[in-house]
Amino acid sequence: MLLNTSKTRFNRREFIKLGMMGGLGMQLGSSSFAQSLTPSARKPIARSVIEIWMWGGPSHIDTFDPKPEAGREIIGPYTDTVETNISGIRLNASMPKLAKLADRYSIIRSLTHGIRAHETATYMMQTGRAPGDGEVYPCVGAVVSKFLGHEANYKGIIPPYVVLTRSHGRFSEEGFLGPKFKPFATGGNPSASRFVVEGIVAEGIDDNRQVQRRELKNQLDQFGQHIQANPAFQKLDQCEEKAYDMILGEARDIFNLSLEPEELRQRYGMNHFGQSCLQARRLVEEGVPYITVNYNGWDTHKTHFTTMNQKMPEFDNAVSALLQDLSDRGLLENTIVWCSGEFGRTPRIQWEEPWNGGRGHFGACFSGFVAGGGFKGGQVIGKSNENGEEVVERPVYPQDLIGSIYELTGIDPEGTIRNGSGQQIPLTLPSDKGRLYEIM
Amino acid sequence: MTPNSLNRRFRRRRWLISSALFIVCHSVCPAIVEPFETELIQTPAKRIDELIHKKLDDKGIQAANHCSDAVFLRRAFIDVTGTLPPAKASIAFQRMKADNKRSRVINQLLESDSYVDYWTLKWSDLLRIKAEFPINLWPNGVQAYHRWIKEAVSSDLPYDQFVRELLTSSGSNFRVPPVNFYRAIEGQKPETIAAAVALTFMGTRFESMTKKQRADMAHIFSRVAYKSTDEWKEEIVYLDPTQYSPMEITFPDGKSKKIAAGEDPRQAFADWLVQPDNPWFTKSIVNRVWFWLMGRGLIHEPDDIRGDNPCVNPALMSYLQKQFVKSGYDIKGLFRLILNSRAYQQSAIPQSDHPEAEALFAHYNVRRLDAEVLIDALGWFGGSGELYQSPVPEPFTFVPEYKRTITLSDGTITSQFLEKFGRPGRDSGTELERNNEISVDQTMYLLNSSEVQKKIRNSPLMKAAIRDSKGNNRVLIRSLYLILLSRNPTPEEMKSSFNYYTKMLPKTANNQRQKRNLWNKRQQASEDLAWSLINSKEFLHRH
Repeated sequence: MLLNTSKTRFNRREFIKLGMMGGLGMQLGSSSFAQSLTPSARKPIARSVIEIWMWGGPSHIDTFDPKPEAGREIIGPYTDTVETNISGIRLNASMPKLAKLADRYSIIRSLTHGIRAHETATYMMQTGRAPGDGEVYPCVGAVVSKFLGHEANYKGIIPPYVVLTRSHGRFSEEGFLGPKFKPFATGGNPSASRFVVEGIVAEGIDDNRQVQRRELKNQLDQFGQHIQANPAFQKLDQCEEKAYDMILGEARDIFNLSLEPEELRQRYGMNHFGQSCLQARRLVEEGVPYITVNYNGWDTHKTHFTTMNQKMPEFDNAVSALLQDLSDRGLLENTIVWCSGEFGRTPRIQWEEPWNGGRGHFGACFSGFVAGGGFKGGQVIGKSNENGEEVVERPVYPQDLIGSIYELTGIDPEGTIRNGSGQQIPLTLPSDKGRLYEIM
Repeated sequence: MTPNSLNRRFRRRRWLISSALFIVCHSVCPAIVEPFETELIQTPAKRIDELIHKKLDDKGIQAANHCSDAVFLRRAFIDVTGTLPPAKASIAFQRMKADNKRSRVINQLLESDSYVDYWTLKWSDLLRIKAEFPINLWPNGVQAYHRWIKEAVSSDLPYDQFVRELLTSSGSNFRVPPVNFYRAIEGQKPETIAAAVALTFMGTRFESMTKKQRADMAHIFSRVAYKSTDEWKEEIVYLDPTQYSPMEITFPDGKSKKIAAGEDPRQAFADWLVQPDNPWFTKSIVNRVWFWLMGRGLIHEPDDIRGDNPCVNPALMSYLQKQFVKSGYDIKGLFRLILNSRAYQQSAIPQSDHPEAEALFAHYNVRRLDAEVLIDALGWFGGSGELYQSPVPEPFTFVPEYKRTITLSDGTITSQFLEKFGRPGRDSGTELERNNEISVDQTMYLLNSSEVQKKIRNSPLMKAAIRDSKGNNRVLIRSLYLILLSRNPTPEEMKSSFNYYTKMLPKTANNQRQKRNLWNKRQQASEDLAWSLINSKEFLHRH
């Protein structure tokens, strides 16, 4: 089903698109509608993507796939769930605010790849590929920023792929696309009184001094003046020019969160993650194609429930504020927000020492959500069994999720991309209609 | 001796030599650019120089001037040891009067610990030493392998023996470290092993060999097998005993050899490879060393030797190969030979805009500092070590502050800086993996990152310079130039810098508060000067 409640609104663009589909008129109930579109025929809907990456792997059972009946061995103290504004969909009780916005996002309860190691699982979720065939594939962010950034009409002064605030190294990176597609990691702390952004906002150096020392540098750099024709030196000059466009130009303001109303900042939460989400929205307004918010701390081997009690309110506040804010500003219809970790956590709780109520890595079945940018809200995709230990309906593999994001951003998932040695490599593994057409 | 009398002597001698030079040159020599060039030629022309000049003369390309002592010292330190010269060394070298002072410094540098560290790093890149993904040596294997290479570099193990051990060893990855060569290959199949051998020791990319050559080479390595033991992450590399039957192998040059039952085909391959007249072996290593020091291969890219990629100076190539064989495959000797040439000691300032000037070595090739060298230089100035990370829990990323980045053993251990500045991922073992091309995020980092600002602000070297200058700004400026650029400022540079201090510093400092303010401003002006020098092209490049 494409639409299931009166609350679901059409976005304007879709209306127009539907209207333009000739005789199709208003045959909305047909799910074959989405599938009848070939990937290349699909017009891009999303202009930006926000990835909320729950680094370490959050428990699916204690978030989006609650199992209130499963007993203490599986759910521990989390017997409470909350009814969302979509009847029949329930979340763990720790997400009351997100529960009120369930019409904006769709939950995937059947993500699976079977990998239990952080590095390989992250690589699979980020690239849609298993390691080991001799290629180092680029992650979804690098691919989207390639097609929507450097090779499209993106003219922004902020790099097309931003990570708030620290990248997780090789796995969120460019693979064979080369360093040009490396994400720009801001560093710093967006909830500090001044968000020090690597390279853009320096601590303790005002504009005046920036200008003065730049003049001094140019006076002194005599060696460079003797080899002006050197292409490497010319490139350096160009790069510096661009860097100063950021340092002394408007880029500073884009990262100045104090320009936001205090009330709104509070709603997101005055913490690292909350303000990162707010910053992500500001970057979407600038047209940045891909933004990753790296949210770590989900690798809860020990005292899992204590950590979850601390983290979930932060998560609930920030993500609900982000979805509401994007939607209030009319940005959600062109912005994909997707959220997942590299895997879920073992349904069976390890109560014994040294874990004291911990959960291990679990790749067979886990959850995530997608919202906006052409993804319908208010749906649940797939189903896990009664203990959340295996997928029983509609498995979603990493390449299905990534391929869906590509399709909505106008990238043909069945197209090819050039690798480091110049060969054309398929962008995604064959998906067998596993892409999320039921909500696209 | 007073500086003045030194100066007089210097001028007299320069006059003598430059007039001699004028006669030799016939035509007018290009003007000398101070402080980067000199007319004083301390290095006698070598066979290398004759061969290079012959090529340049053929094409009518004017060669560059000789680099100055200050430039030479910095260049040799960076190229040989991956390290900036300390200010003391720069001053001592300026004062040294021996005619052979350059070759003496070369010898000292070649015997230093940093030489061992830096060239162990280079081999670790090419041999792909990393704990995890896509090469999986695992941490213990990395340590054993790295230590073995370091020992080989340090003891000047002749190159033929070095390669032979890597190719023919069998045993545990912990106990027989060179077997890790076979483990540091993605896929670990006969074809991928053959490809790694071709790339690493023949300087040839597998895809540029014929289908038959590839199949023949893969056949040679078809009996390499791997098995694990009860010890965690131990792996044995051995020859598969189920295949101990006689076989016939064919080398890439088409010659064949019968291998008796139980004989190791890898041994036969190594015998064939390290022969002086092997068409690939010495050519490949000589070309690599030339590339490492001169910034460009005689065959370029240096690991892309194939029939249709010509050598720009075959006579020079064959001369270097002969010398290398004659020395008993002595890598350090090859270094010494090249470093002592005038070609190496040329200025980086070109005198010809001929399109082939750079490829024919008419001037020294400027290159951005390697990521590891640059972060070590910044760390040395800033008095702080680098913060490392690893995408996997092992290897541990605790590295003591005093350890330099060029001593890192494991390619899996990295840092944001190293990634940003193009340190090789050690995935393929190609020289191209190292990316020294500048990018916007690199310039943003250098111009404005908290890390660079912090290093400058807290620099113990700068603080000592401020203290020792006792309020004399000219002395302070000269010290910062010596520390960061290994030379004295020119009069114009001194003037610009001095004016900057004058503008920033308060005129009077009578009471305690004003004195503190004066100290703060002097610190600030020094930060700005140090920042300017660090961001200069001269600092950021080998030149």
